[in-house]
Amino acid sequence: MAVQHEKRVFGYPSSLTDAPFHYCPGCTHGIAHRLVAEAIDDLRLKEHTVGVASVGCSVFTYNYFNCDMQQASHGRAPAVATGIKRVSPETIVFTYQGDGDLASIGTAEIIHAAARGENITVIFINNTNFGMTGGQMAPTTLPGQKTTTTPLGRDVKKAGYPLRVCELLSALDGPAYLARVSLHSPKEVLRAKKAIRKAFETQVAGAGFSLVEVLSTCPTNWGLPPKKALEYLRDEVAKYYPLGEFRDGPREVEACSTR
Amino acid sequence: MLARVVVNSERCKGCQICCFTCPKNILQLSTETNSKGYNPVYVQFPQKCTGCALCALMCPDVALEVWK
Ligand SMILES: Cc1ncc(C[n+]2csc(CCOP(=O)(O)OP(=O)(O)O)c2C)c(N)n1
Ligand code: SF4
Repeated sequence: MAVQHEKRVFGYPSSLTDAPFHYCPGCTHGIAHRLVAEAIDDLRLKEHTVGVASVGCSVFTYNYFNCDMQQASHGRAPAVATGIKRVSPETIVFTYQGDGDLASIGTAEIIHAAARGENITVIFINNTNFGMTGGQMAPTTLPGQKTTTTPLGRDVKKAGYPLRVCELLSALDGPAYLARVSLHSPKEVLRAKKAIRKAFETQVAGAGFSLVEVLSTCPTNWGLPPKKALEYLRDEVAKYYPLGEFRDGPREVEACSTR
Repeated sequence: MLARVVVNSERCKGCQICCFTCPKNILQLSTETNSKGYNPVYVQFPQKCTGCALCALMCPDVALEVWK
């Protein structure tokens, strides 16, 4: 009988360094990191990728991704990524930003990078609050959701309504790939993996701007144990933010006549 | 064929997402602590592992490796 060798069916991606993550126990930032690293591994992009870290809990991504990294000031990662991509078009450039970073202080940068159809990939982690600074309300906080600055729940009469970033950007002609995924179950993690890979493929093909919004937990500031946080993500967050692809392929836009 | 999960106890923070994700319920919290002060998980019923890797897929700390 032939000897059957054991195979590794799940291992550590080479696009992550050995540094252990500093995230709180059960925080799904770590799953998103792994999915990005797996996409870079699968597409063999590690040697020519530059990541741009943002401000928030994920600020230390430059210690975790095993590629060149640059740190941007709060909200400016898409602008920094634009600069890197334009001076070095062969380089694969991605940003990794939270919702406080991308949808609050960085709203202008993300909208214009998307409108320009900048050939970069944005990984957007929506955990419905400002995690690092202590769980304040973010533009993405759900109506009625309790945060440290909305202790009675977000009152939309005072604090307005959440921003749905994928829907907002899908009004523009620039984006070539837009998707919203969630990390609440193995099935959804596999979907997220596919979407992140597709976003990088979009950039490799030179098709233009790609963004994946990843619905993620913040057990610490939600005040929920990891299991309950995943249930909240599934039952509340993913209900308010519909999952799916919002753009799949670049738009053809005809230029108007020059007169 | 046998399958096995290898836990990197130093990366594990004991969040237990793997414990309730595993369809066979084979992972448990250990009473030992790692250098960060967390109780990592260990494989309580190794013989029941099917190598489905759902635990590793959901692990936020990439602390699990699966062999089959
Ligand atoms: C210019 C500037 N303004 C404010 C801050 C404070 N600050 C640090 S992190 C953060 C929000 C981060 O939230 P998010 O992007 O959602 O990431 P998370 O921590 O939830 O992963 C803020 C407002 C800062 N560092 N710089
Ligand atoms: S504060 Fe929230 S987002 Fe930040 S590491 Fe902790 S759980 Fe994750």
